[in-house]
Amino acid sequence: MGQYGIGQPVRRKEDVRLLTGKGRYTDDIHFDGQLWAAFFRSPHAHAKINAIHSQAALSVPGVRHVFTGDDLRQGGMKPIVADINFTDRAGNKMFKPLRHILPSDRACYVGEPLVMVLGDSPEAARAGAEVIDIDFETLPNVTSTAKAASPHAYVIHPEHGSNVAVHWENSASDEVDALIAAAPHKVKIHLVNNRLIVAPMEPRCAVATYDETQDLITLYSPTQGVRPAQVSFAGLLGIDKKKLRVISLDVGGGFGIRSKRYPETAAVAWAAKQIKRPVKWRGDRSETFVSDHHGRDQVNDAIMGLDQNGRVIALRVETIVNVGAYSGDNGPRLPIDGGGRIIPCGYDIEKFYFSVKPVYTNTVPTDTYRGAGRPEANFIMERLMDAAAQECGLTRDEIRRRNLIPLSKMPYRTQMNFVYDSGDFIGTMDKTLELADWNGFAVRRKESEKRGKLRGIGLASFVEQAGGRPTEEMRVKIDANGRATVFAGTFSHGQGHETVYAQMVNDYLGIDFDEIDFVQGDTDTTPPGGVGTFGSRSSMMGGVAIRRSCGQIIVKGKKIAAHLLQADPDTVIYENGLFRVGVSSITIQEVARAASDPAKLPEGLKPGLDESNLFEREPDMNNFPNGCHICEVEVDPDLGTIQIVKYTALDDCGVVLNPLIVHGQVYGGVAQGIGQALTEDAVYDEESGQLLTGSFMDYGMPRAHHLSMIEAHFTDDQPCKTNDLGVKGAGEAGACGAPPAFVSAVCDALSPYGIQHIDMPLTPERVWSAIAQAKAHQAA
Amino acid sequence: MNITLTVNGQTLTRDVAPYLLLADFLRDELRLTGTHVGCDTTQCGCCIIHLNEKAVKSCTMLAVQADGAQLTTIEGLARADGTLHPVQEAFRDHHGLQCGFCTPGMVMMGADIVRRLPGADEETIRHQLEGNICRCTGYQGIVEAIMDASSQAKAS
Amino acid sequence: MQAFTYHRPTDLSDVVKILADCEDPKLLAGGMTLLPTLKQRLAAPSDLIDLARIQNLHGICEDKSEIVIGAMTCHADVAASALVRAFCPALADLAGQIGDPAVRHRGTIGGSVANADPAADYPAAVLGLNAIIETNQRRIKADDFFTGLFETALEPGEIITALRFPRPHKAQYQKFRHPASGYAVVGVMVAQFAGATRLAITGAGPNAFRPAALEEALTRSFTAKALEGLQLDPDELLSDMHASAAYRAHVALVLAQRAVGLIA
Repeated sequence: MGQYGIGQPVRRKEDVRLLTGKGRYTDDIHFDGQLWAAFFRSPHAHAKINAIHSQAALSVPGVRHVFTGDDLRQGGMKPIVADINFTDRAGNKMFKPLRHILPSDRACYVGEPLVMVLGDSPEAARAGAEVIDIDFETLPNVTSTAKAASPHAYVIHPEHGSNVAVHWENSASDEVDALIAAAPHKVKIHLVNNRLIVAPMEPRCAVATYDETQDLITLYSPTQGVRPAQVSFAGLLGIDKKKLRVISLDVGGGFGIRSKRYPETAAVAWAAKQIKRPVKWRGDRSETFVSDHHGRDQVNDAIMGLDQNGRVIALRVETIVNVGAYSGDNGPRLPIDGGGRIIPCGYDIEKFYFSVKPVYTNTVPTDTYRGAGRPEANFIMERLMDAAAQECGLTRDEIRRRNLIPLSKMPYRTQMNFVYDSGDFIGTMDKTLELADWNGFAVRRKESEKRGKLRGIGLASFVEQAGGRPTEEMRVKIDANGRATVFAGTFSHGQGHETVYAQMVNDYLGIDFDEIDFVQGDTDTTPPGGVGTFGSRSSMMGGVAIRRSCGQIIVKGKKIAAHLLQADPDTVIYENGLFRVGVSSITIQEVARAASDPAKLPEGLKPGLDESNLFEREPDMNNFPNGCHICEVEVDPDLGTIQIVKYTALDDCGVVLNPLIVHGQVYGGVAQGIGQALTEDAVYDEESGQLLTGSFMDYGMPRAHHLSMIEAHFTDDQPCKTNDLGVKGAGEAGACGAPPAFVSAVCDALSPYGIQHIDMPLTPERVWSAIAQAKAHQAA
Repeated sequence: MNITLTVNGQTLTRDVAPYLLLADFLRDELRLTGTHVGCDTTQCGCCIIHLNEKAVKSCTMLAVQADGAQLTTIEGLARADGTLHPVQEAFRDHHGLQCGFCTPGMVMMGADIVRRLPGADEETIRHQLEGNICRCTGYQGIVEAIMDASSQAKAS
Repeated sequence: MQAFTYHRPTDLSDVVKILADCEDPKLLAGGMTLLPTLKQRLAAPSDLIDLARIQNLHGICEDKSEIVIGAMTCHADVAASALVRAFCPALADLAGQIGDPAVRHRGTIGGSVANADPAADYPAAVLGLNAIIETNQRRIKADDFFTGLFETALEPGEIITALRFPRPHKAQYQKFRHPASGYAVVGVMVAQFAGATRLAITGAGPNAFRPAALEEALTRSFTAKALEGLQLDPDELLSDMHASAAYRAHVALVLAQRAVGLIA
């Protein structure tokens, strides 16, 4: 294994291009004759639409077309129907309101796009959108998650009679309730998992062109996988997917919100074909705040019963998740499938009751965001464990030691019928305690005290599930000159696949790192079975498919080599780019050259060294990244401000393909987790339904000074047992570990005041108020 | 209105509308798309370039304000022979970028920090990045890269 | 943004003329507030008058016991000025905390003071350090300048040309920074002059103000302890989703005590 092989901290191939301004993002491309799109968006949280007047817009200089949703529907546009079907225990199906693209009858959230204006310039289109005149009749609205679930709440989709889409339960609750009632120790918590704006740094953009001779729409837009996007948007447009080419160029971050069926993107694709001209829409940042899916937004009530020794007997979790005005493809799925499958995470708890009520509100729809249900689930468990430690008089690490699934029980079949193949949760926690110098904390606390600061240390153990969809296709081709190309079904949008896959091909086929090219993000060249990148899946799904493609190349290569060496194929040995029979050998480059010449090939063998592998993982071949994060903070008790002073992470990502890149994934995930816990909150005004945090002026994105250096370590003794590479996902672990580790640390800092919990984000005022209240309480 | 300015060493004259933003001028008129627009409230820093050797947010300047100025964009930071600026090289070494969208602004700000504050420590650099938002990296690789380049600048 | 006519005069008298002639003109200084406003389509002036080329509006100089900062001097230059640092380090520190480094390369003291954003930093300096606002028509005392939310004593056609600061014995600025916008949720400038202490608070109210009770206490005894038990009236302070009036009142006291504690 050379310096460019698997496991090496190879510098990224992507970097020089991106560092010198040669990246190509969707907004960087222009087409001659393109029209610019702008959208009139609902200023109301909830309103009937009585009439849409476009005349004024059409009179604005430079405006060429105004399209309403009726125009789109007449032109074949279909409504979005969420691809989710949950039922309650009585068999009643989940209610899914139809989501029309540019609805003509009713606006259901502030920012909902209602009319599309096309103009010669972005300024003209915008000016036109500004004078669209709609006769609205405002209706009551509800945005609060908890309130929407109440039986007295205003119902936003009257045809259903309730905002609750379905009451999903994993089982009856009697047994669990009885166990908890009888338990010697009980802890009860109420959590708000705050709504977040995902805000990848590239604002969404869509460009579409139409080729009349081929009846082909080409859509450029950031996705996280072009093939599913092709299927989705073709479905909405009512056309055969072969008539839609989807291209994603460089994409500026995804985090789970890219590949969705967004109305603007669909409308742009539709318009290009309608007017037979290229159409471009570039979203403003503030626009994306009310059009890209939001993340999280749950309310959780949980009760846990424990025995005399602090062993959990039973667990009850009730979750309300705010779906938004319409269900996206994932909203309700996140706590049910995402979180619900993983709960109770790394803990050895057999008896649990899990209830989820997805509710509709007049807000932007929520959907997958880094972790997609697993950070929320881990947050519930970790806050419960901290509360249980307090209740049972145990330390926070001891309560976990007693309840985490021990190594001896691996592989462990969960109640949801998943198998944790590997993972030493207790060992990982113990190692992290050591790495973080947990035992030396008291000394550091005293030192902070001298400077007037309250220091706290927090601990979080987490398990999450990686993998996403169960199939992926990759293709590896070696041309006649021995140069390799990887055609990826996955889609890198910052994860460094161009580098990591090249490391793999270098390792498996001995081809020079610099002789390996990378192609992704175009339905014309992406393998037909390609899916994409989300759910921390690419190392396993893409990685295994590449390994197997390379394996197929070796098999074919051996046949060609045998033919060239006039030997029996079974006697050919392959190693590090050489095919060897006895003392004779042929390089893979020579085999590749021969492969292009039918005369040099054995009979019946097709020319070319070009292999695809469609990997379909078995139902039990999931992988479960896990780890332990320890966070230390200093709180200024007078102001309530919090500074992170130390952060230690030990992650079990199985085999680490490129330490530089995997470290980066941990840092990025932790930063997003800290953002949720410290500075971020998407807030709606309860009366008007307006999104109060409408831009970066009000929405607190974490900056460099909010974070400290993160000491990230990786286990090296827990390879994944269910895939060829031994990899586990790495992308979402940080988002699972950071929020609970941080909150645990702050509560530890505030333990002199007896503060057990503060809801995220832990703004200075919230911390200060908690202290003030606690002081008043103590004085009383 | 006619403006004459030097961009990455090349002097040029263009006729621009007064309300054209400098970032849009660079991206749409000059087709230098390396400078990015990531927000509309002057916070994210993706649009940072050097104007008369100072880091500025090109999304919050009019092209006409740059008349007579000397501009360097990310495309012009490396040397003509391709040698990367020390900050660019440091970003490579320390994995200071993932998706690359905030990167041009980060690098231009980083180069500005290194010029003004050779030998800057970690805390200083973190605060100097107040006007740059990254969603991918958690800033760790970025801070390490700028610290590295800054200490190199002090040594030389 | 919407179209406007752009002017780039080199003489202040031309600015006055253009201002008088135009329908709805706006002065462009650094542009760090005006341009975002235009981008958000919150304003659509008919004319923009760029002050960048006006003579004598840039620069920092010492004039007897005062320091004079030209209205078009950018925040970075004030923060980095050896002259300002020697004269009043708190003023340099304050300038160095405005926005971010790139914004500081463009934003100007004149622009900030004329705009009088309730959450801007400079008003605390102007008021706390008892500055004189020099315009093309007159000199205005700091105490007379900030009159309301985004309101100042400037008359139509009146342009700030310089800010003139007297030298305090000591001064200190403490800022509680908004985690999202970087503006001052509360900013406190305390300055000790012969015979009197001035304390100016920005961010907490509709405009920068001097709480008399706190000043009197500090004038009697320039110690953090002197402020103990004193309070600002939350009813006079701003409240929004980022900080309640009660919290701002509390923070103001804490910052005032810390500021004094650092220089007492």
